[in-house]
Amino acid sequence: MNVRLQQEPFDAAAEAAKLTHGRTDIGALVTFTGICRGEENGDPIAALTLEHYPGMAEAEIARHVEAAESRWSLTGVTVVHRYGRIAPGEPIVLVVTASSHRHDAFAAAEFLMDYLKTRAPFWKRVEHAAGGDWVEAKSSDDAAADRWARRPSGGREAAE
Amino acid sequence: MKLLYFAWVRERIGKPEEEIEPPAGVVTVGDLMNWLARRSEEYAHAFENPRVIRAAVDRAHVKADAAIAGAREIAFFPPMTGG
Repeated sequence: MNVRLQQEPFDAAAEAAKLTHGRTDIGALVTFTGICRGEENGDPIAALTLEHYPGMAEAEIARHVEAAESRWSLTGVTVVHRYGRIAPGEPIVLVVTASSHRHDAFAAAEFLMDYLKTRAPFWKRVEHAAGGDWVEAKSSDDAAADRWARRPSGGREAAE
Repeated sequence: MKLLYFAWVRERIGKPEEEIEPPAGVVTVGDLMNWLARRSEEYAHAFENPRVIRAAVDRAHVKADAAIAGAREIAFFPPMTGG
């Protein structure tokens, strides 16, 4: 498991290459990158600022990676989450999951993103022409995270 | 114990952290929010709708009925918007 918080941008391709380098047991690699949009609710934004809870953020992400590792057959996981000021077009978060087969890699990546949205202690503030606003949590994100609790096998039965 | 505040909870209270010694009757995280809300207008504003405030005791998410006895660090913050 490689979990990192950092201010600077990351290179998704380099992170994926690092995870697979020299390995022959990985048959599936899923790479998800969350990117800062240039608008929020239809209004242009100048930037996002991400505040986080140092110490807890790393621990909470690591706990969820462990949960993913016990739920699916994974051969590697990398999570990078940025904090500080992030301009439109820049990456915010990276989740890379590796497995022998695609289903586990896809499911674990989606599970990790759903949990990062609702349980990892980060808060987004939008910077725009009229000032700044804290982004409100979406009930659709809560619903996305809740479905993993309701379905112990994370949708595997639906996929097979 | 040390209290930490994040995002608009921090802005409304006007500081990121502080050391406090709550009185004996303050047993749960919910009690602590009610006690803090009575300290000043700023705290009252931050905790005006305690049901939306999330809490962590020693860096683990808890509900409002969690006990605070023995806690070293308690954090209050709005619903999270990471990812």
